[in-house]
Amino acid sequence: MTKITLPLTLEIMQTLHAGDDVLITGVIYTARDAAHKRITEMLVAGKKLPVALKGQLIYYCGPTPTKPGQIIGACGPTTSGRMDKYTPRLLEDLGIKGMIGKGERSKEVKESLVKNQAVYFSALGGLGAEYAKLVTACECVAFEEMGPEAIYKLTVENFYAVVINDIFGGDHYTKKTTCTP
Amino acid sequence: MRLVKLSEISKAVQKLVIDANHYLPYDMVDAFKTAADNEKEKRAKNILYKLVENYKTAKEGIFPLCQDTGIAVVFLQVGDDLRVDGNIYDAINKGIETGYAEGFLRKSIADPLTRINTNTNTPAIIHTEIIRGPQIKITLMTKGAGAENKSALKMLSPADGIDGIKDFVMDTVGKAGAAACPPFVIGVGIGGNFETAPLLAKKALLRDLGLFSKDKTTAHLEKTLLKEINCLGLGPLGLGGVTTALAVNVETIPCHIASLPVAVNIQCHSARHKTVII
Repeated sequence: MTKITLPLTLEIMQTLHAGDDVLITGVIYTARDAAHKRITEMLVAGKKLPVALKGQLIYYCGPTPTKPGQIIGACGPTTSGRMDKYTPRLLEDLGIKGMIGKGERSKEVKESLVKNQAVYFSALGGLGAEYAKLVTACECVAFEEMGPEAIYKLTVENFYAVVINDIFGGDHYTKKTTCTP
Repeated sequence: MRLVKLSEISKAVQKLVIDANHYLPYDMVDAFKTAADNEKEKRAKNILYKLVENYKTAKEGIFPLCQDTGIAVVFLQVGDDLRVDGNIYDAINKGIETGYAEGFLRKSIADPLTRINTNTNTPAIIHTEIIRGPQIKITLMTKGAGAENKSALKMLSPADGIDGIKDFVMDTVGKAGAAACPPFVIGVGIGGNFETAPLLAKKALLRDLGLFSKDKTTAHLEKTLLKEINCLGLGPLGLGGVTTALAVNVETIPCHIASLPVAVNIQCHSARHKTVII
């Protein structure tokens, strides 16, 4: 188990390999379908984003509403593949340094990760209640009207994830051990 | 004839919504524990234990099991010896709306084209059946999109036979991969037509874990598929292991002599459903 304190520097990424278990501590930003669409439209139109994402780690997540007295609601990862269309642009033009989600990425995203020296992690899908306990602060920083699809700045502590695609082109999902029934 | 008030139905549905999102059926939790014992890989074991922890955290009632609190699928069985004092569908949708609001659950239903959220998690998808007697039975399933998006229907040819069915199921589960949140329950609907096979597959997801079909051929197919799926190497959350599915439930109904419809509905490990009898 490797402990990572953000930001995700090149020095840290050089030590990460597909299949490694990590515990992430620091600030991450949520964004899912609608936020990706909006960010991309703003980039195309040459508009300034309401939040600086250069060097940051994006978490594909749309939490449940926060109950009174709580920091956040359930907040596990959503399927990353839906963001594939937007991701290369976010890596290239925005300079994000990694993403956390679940499931396979497209060939274009994997190539872009190597080219732009960024890492893709998988969190554990369907463990929304457990992840909620690892968030120590949550603040909506953009697109508030989108509700769960807005961008939230989360401070996380020992957030469990697995390295899926590293900066060297390694892909954990291709390393399946099959058997004969 | 018994009169059932709409308010009673709404109230029952509201409670179902909140309960289903916080209490995972115990057969699932039991299956996680058994699967953990069978896993040799340390990570796969740990993930299965984490699923049990997630169940424990959620049942405290503060955080739902998953942030995707789903689309509400309702199996409504209405007795023929009762009447209700208004529109039963409106009453169910009202219960869904208040349940999602008061339970602080995520509203995930949007217009398919504009993508504008209805902000109520309605309309629910309601399947109605008339049964004998003076009761209403409501089963609510809160179905997440991760696994639903990987489900599939194929109109096979009768010549494809059981081998064709197996190939289609294996292909669908393989493609579902990590994104659909294994370990799965796989519902397979065979027969009927273009709209009944998927409904049959969905109903198959409600079967208690560990039970096989009473039909010998179908039960054999279920066991064979389960073994083969667990050899795919996906494992818990697709990160490796031998626990890719906890059950394969196959349901069949007769179909046209020229048809062989097969539907595969994938259920993630957060297999949330709950029933109430009014």
